Amino acid sequence: MGSEYGADPKAPGAPARRTGLLDRIRASRRLTTIIGAALPVGWVTALLFLPYLFLFAHSFFRLKNGQLTHELTLENYGRLFGTSLYPNTILFSAGIALRVTLASLLLSYPLAYLLAFKVKKHRNLLYMAVIIPLWVSYLVRAYAWKIILGQEGILNGFLQAIGVIDQPLAFLLYSKWAVMLALVHIYTPFTLMPIYAGLESIAPALKEASQDLYASRWRTFWHVVLPLSLPGVIAGCTFAFVLSMGDFIAPVLLGGNDSALMVSNLVVSLFGVAYNWPLGAAVSVVMLGMTLILLTLARKLEDRMNYAGQAGGRAGAAKAGAGMGRGALHT
Amino acid sequence: MTTPAASPSDRLPARPSDRPTARPSDHLTSAIWATGIGVFLFIYLPLVVVILYSFHDATIVAWPFKPFTLRWFGVLAQDSAMLDAAGASLKLAVLATLIALGVGVPGAFVLDRLQFPGKDAFERLVLLPLILPGVITGVALLTFFSFIGLSLTSGYPLVPGWPVVLGHGAALTSIVVTQVYARLRRFDRALEEASQDLYANEWQTFRYVTLPVIRSAVLGSALLVFTLSLDEIAVTFFLIGRQNTVPLQIWGLLRRGLTPEVNAAATVIFFLSVVVIVCWARLMREE
Repeated sequence: MGSEYGADPKAPGAPARRTGLLDRIRASRRLTTIIGAALPVGWVTALLFLPYLFLFAHSFFRLKNGQLTHELTLENYGRLFGTSLYPNTILFSAGIALRVTLASLLLSYPLAYLLAFKVKKHRNLLYMAVIIPLWVSYLVRAYAWKIILGQEGILNGFLQAIGVIDQPLAFLLYSKWAVMLALVHIYTPFTLMPIYAGLESIAPALKEASQDLYASRWRTFWHVVLPLSLPGVIAGCTFAFVLSMGDFIAPVLLGGNDSALMVSNLVVSLFGVAYNWPLGAAVSVVMLGMTLILLTLARKLEDRMNYAGQAGGRAGAAKAGAGMGRGALHT
Repeated sequence: MTTPAASPSDRLPARPSDRPTARPSDHLTSAIWATGIGVFLFIYLPLVVVILYSFHDATIVAWPFKPFTLRWFGVLAQDSAMLDAAGASLKLAVLATLIALGVGVPGAFVLDRLQFPGKDAFERLVLLPLILPGVITGVALLTFFSFIGLSLTSGYPLVPGWPVVLGHGAALTSIVVTQVYARLRRFDRALEEASQDLYANEWQTFRYVTLPVIRSAVLGSALLVFTLSLDEIAVTFFLIGRQNTVPLQIWGLLRRGLTPEVNAAATVIFFLSVVVIVCWARLMREE
């Protein structure tokens, strides 16, 4: 068992020098290790494991006359799958998330490619510039679309001013299209991070080799670059899908009546005004399950694609990086 | 490489003019540049609009832009609810950062150096809040705190509420763990052994060998946690007690109607974020 902060006790030479005190040092070292390990493990158990467990438990509780009881029941799930509202909402959200993911991928791949292969000067600066918006308040980015798309908004005003339209277009804001546009805007830099990390780690020699073998640029892209970048693509897409499916702010701000109807909005309302925590917990558990299944599949798929070794390692690191949302970038 | 091309000599005359870097003017390259620049504009134009309109000399955010006034920054500075929210947000972010560091750094060492049953589960759990939509983590923490009877307003006004502090700490610990763990994995442990062979004790080894290596990762992740906590909405939304944070306060303003005050707040947030990112980038370059 290695020690927490110190060197490996099995290091050659160490025991010989510390005879006599050896046992005491070993004991104290083990104590430091245990304390050092107990803190994070205890924290994660208390504030992550237990809460997710309680959420699961809540989904089996019964609501009696508006009061939460601890009687166990399956009726929340019965209601969830028995009506069309919940399954339809989940499918609707998944549909939105899928389109957002595809659009983010189509937008971010060319930019990532450009940054990785075409930009020679200030590449890091430009990469930073692309991901800076990830740190800038999420709310600000959603708000931006509200003032741009609104009926009195900037786009309508602009289009009227240049004479393209006479009347403001009312359909711009408060539609699922507005929600999707904002989500694409929010998640494009996000999708870009792992894709860029994957592309950047492709050894130039591989591209050159392909070209030396008279492959055209298309062939080189199709048979060399694209396969090596797929793990990054999968990582980026997974996160864009999961996070846009779980979004509840953009739908409230931009979705209007018909599409404050993402599944997360249902959860918010069940835990708020509708006050039905057990049902809300059941919906959350279904979301959680779907997310975990998706993540497992994505991980399996990435592992299979990492055959090419060299891109695999870095793209794997980038995946861990992208995992943290805006958090991690490439480390 | 399994390029099905025939032997080089067969194809020599027909060798396609590739080497993309050599000819910046051909169509494909221009198309890629055009798309990339377009996407870049798509990312930035909305932000430019928001910032520009914080200097808008009218009460409604609408076309055309009327230059230039600073009065919305004055309104913002006088908005006592917003200032209270800023105080709460700062307090929350500092506490969340301290918690995330206090738990996350040892957590990274646990992942790097210990083997124990359930380690795999530990690793996945730590990372879960990063990958899950915030709503799920938010309601999970809410059900938990309500079950154990910790009131959302407990600790107020000392802190914005213990549940929200603990919630941010729980959700953001993962940032520190991943960043520091990534650094530790690349760290050559032989250096620590060398230090011990040179009769440094454990503390000295940690202080003079290990710590300098992880220093920038620790500081960098602290900056990230701080910024992300300031910006967090989903978990905060469910756990907040009486005192709003800045994002929730802005959200409240948004639902009432749009004045350039929101833009002024957004502009301040934007430039503060840029400052933090520049610090972060310098730290990362330091290694």
